[in-house]
Amino acid sequence: MGVGIEVTNLNAWYGATHTLQDINLNIPPNQATALIGPSGCGKSTFVRCINRMHETNPIARVTGTVRIGDLDIYEDAKPVEIRRRVGMVFQRPNPFPTMSIYDNVASGLKLNGYSNRRALDEIVEKSLRNSALWEEVKDELKKKSGASLSGGQQQRLCIARALAVDPEVLLMDEPASALDPVSTSKIEDLIFELKSQYTIVIVTHNMQQAARVAEKTGFFLNGRMVEFDSTHKIFTNPSDKRTEDYITGRFG
Amino acid sequence: MTETRIPKTQVEFQAGPESENGAGSEATAANVPPAISEVRRFLLSRGNSSLADGGFRWLMVICALSIFAIVVLIGTVLVRSSELTRAKFGFKFFFDQMWDPVNGNFGALPFIYGTLVTSLLALLIAVPLALGLAIFLTEMSPKFLRGPLAFITELLAAIPSIIYGLWAVFVLVPLMRDHVNPILIRFFGWTTLFSGDNLGLGFLTSGVILAVMILPIISSLTREVMTAVPHSQREAVLALGATRWEMIRVGVLRNARIGIVGSIILGLGRAFGETMAVTMVIGNTPEIHKSLLATGNTMASVIANEFSEAADDLHLSALIEIGLALFIVTIIINAIARLLVWAVTSGAPARVN
Amino acid sequence: MASGLAILATILVILPLVAIFVYLIYMGASSLNLAFFTQIPKPVGVSGGGMANAIVGSAIILALSSILGVPIGISGGIFLAEFGRGTKLANAIRFTADVLNGVPSIVMGIAVYALVVKPQGHFSAFAGGVALGIMMIPTITRTTEEMLLMVPHAIREAALGLGVPNWRSVLSITLKTASPGIITGCMLAFARVAGETAPLIFTVLGNSFWSTNINQPIAALPLQIYVFAISPYDDWHRLAWAGALVLIILIVLAVSLVRYVTSRGVMKGAS
Repeated sequence: MGVGIEVTNLNAWYGATHTLQDINLNIPPNQATALIGPSGCGKSTFVRCINRMHETNPIARVTGTVRIGDLDIYEDAKPVEIRRRVGMVFQRPNPFPTMSIYDNVASGLKLNGYSNRRALDEIVEKSLRNSALWEEVKDELKKKSGASLSGGQQQRLCIARALAVDPEVLLMDEPASALDPVSTSKIEDLIFELKSQYTIVIVTHNMQQAARVAEKTGFFLNGRMVEFDSTHKIFTNPSDKRTEDYITGRFG
Repeated sequence: MTETRIPKTQVEFQAGPESENGAGSEATAANVPPAISEVRRFLLSRGNSSLADGGFRWLMVICALSIFAIVVLIGTVLVRSSELTRAKFGFKFFFDQMWDPVNGNFGALPFIYGTLVTSLLALLIAVPLALGLAIFLTEMSPKFLRGPLAFITELLAAIPSIIYGLWAVFVLVPLMRDHVNPILIRFFGWTTLFSGDNLGLGFLTSGVILAVMILPIISSLTREVMTAVPHSQREAVLALGATRWEMIRVGVLRNARIGIVGSIILGLGRAFGETMAVTMVIGNTPEIHKSLLATGNTMASVIANEFSEAADDLHLSALIEIGLALFIVTIIINAIARLLVWAVTSGAPARVN
Repeated sequence: MASGLAILATILVILPLVAIFVYLIYMGASSLNLAFFTQIPKPVGVSGGGMANAIVGSAIILALSSILGVPIGISGGIFLAEFGRGTKLANAIRFTADVLNGVPSIVMGIAVYALVVKPQGHFSAFAGGVALGIMMIPTITRTTEEMLLMVPHAIREAALGLGVPNWRSVLSITLKTASPGIITGCMLAFARVAGETAPLIFTVLGNSFWSTNINQPIAALPLQIYVFAISPYDDWHRLAWAGALVLIILIVLAVSLVRYVTSRGVMKGAS
């Protein structure tokens, strides 16, 4: 089951650039939360701070507090532990090219030393069903390489891979931006399905997408969070002038 | 930490009875998600592996540092093993042309001379050819020839010294003796560069085989440097109404000249250290002759030739000191050459951009 | 005119290669027979014989050198590509590796002589393995680095995002993805040292008889070719040519494989 995320005074730097400034935000559990804003506004950096991926770049720096459930992720745990609880789907599908479909889905568990084969079979099937890919690949699970699938299938494979470790939070960094419209709508349907079980944070530059899938929406601009409210409110009656300008297409 | 919050008990995965036959278990897979799944519990039980990660990182660092260690180790062991001659002859060792193992007198000048003469000869022959090949490959060759020609140069670079030597002994030496040298003696004998006994062995033959051997490295590095010249440079020159050859000369060669010099120096480094092929055709006499047809010896080949027969410690020490000199010189040459080549290709590994 | 010169240069470069290969195949093939692979050299004056002991000896020396050179070389490459990227230390190591690559093999030979043979008091296959292994390290380090850098960053992120420990991610994901390139790189390094003669002269010494003891002098193919080539006997010359042909076939295979793999694009479908 998903848990809430509580972000307090989060600041992030990339070299000398102050990419995130004083972000305060409560992301509710078992809902989809969308983050929108023009490119370079810090929304991707923000999700990468939630699973401590931001700091993998040597010139990056983070301060502030992020709590996932009751766990302070920068104080109480190491990055690997956080990332096992927070799944991430990236902008471009990135299945492991050397692995079969089955091994791709099982990788998060296998590479962490999990070896119960029968349980793995179950988990792989369940994850692929949850990512709506099972029917398309069930006959060639171990024969076909993950890289041989189409772009949209690869992205769903990556979602299945993230689901297999049974995360509490699922971060999606523009998961459909590299995909065609049909694949995009499949991914959106999927987010709709999954949010009952996971806390989902989705970064998107596509406002319609945010409106379709998310209960809550946050608007980022120049490294600050301008507004965070219910999606309906943001898109119909934003309190901030800048949000309104962006929603109505006056910039960005 | 996290582990303390959740009991670590291992729980068997809750599989329904139907799940034995794999795919037919839709019901179990979708049903009853427990509050904390077995998977989650397992992952929580795994440590943060910071110990393993740290250990792994250090192991990699140590292996990488071993490259430094190797250089230092070779240097020290060569310095220590050449103490005898360094103490006895000092720097005079490199300026004395008397090499007499029987009477314990050692001077390395004949070998330094041999190395210089053969290497310069090799450069003289190889550089124009290598440049020609590189220009042909980067600027003129039809596309379908580029691949095979590059492959051939790679192959030339991969042939072991011993095979060049074998070929030189049985093909090049007779060829030089019977066909090339007589012509040189006839037309250029007056320069005294080509005089004396015509054995087919000697400086000139060594220079020729060295040229063949260093050609690929010079050519492939030059090609790399030339391809690194931005396209805009070429177009700028062409736009001024230059012919293709002027474009190559001004737009490409001038921009790449530092890197080209670097690759030539690198070729020189190779020539200095080449051992087997030279040993087999240079004649192995510790003498200095003006004639290129005379026999001689190089630093590398005297080591190869005399090391296993060196009876006394002084002789061994003298050979090791020659090796030490070779080591230091090639390190300096390679360092300079690499810096020059990197200056043009901007330090990135060749194939990655 | 200028074009003509460039073309002439090209022809002049190809000429020796063709000459070497034609002669090698002509001389080698006519001397190559079953005995070459099954018998040891016959004494002077007795015709026939082969280089079986030298082939086995080379195999032993190369196995030893690979045990030393491959793990250290690959680990060094992992450091350069995964941990040291952009740091001064990595640049210094990369530079040193390139410089070490240019150190003449004969110098390696005497260094290992002074380091291993002299203290032990005898020549040995082991010493030869050390010399060749050290020579493999810089090449393998650099190819491993190049190949690892070709692995898309997205693949690394995917592994990290799953909470896979870094060491596991490097070994099971990044290294595995780059493995075709790294394996061929190792083969290239292997082929290069397989033909090395100079560092073997005073480390393994050579041996006219069977020996598989790594603590004893041992025969090696390039060394045997050298000894036979400078001998005055026709029979031995023929064996030298046959040995050279075997050696070159091994090397051409390795180089072609490397070229095939790198031109095909090792990381296809990885983006």
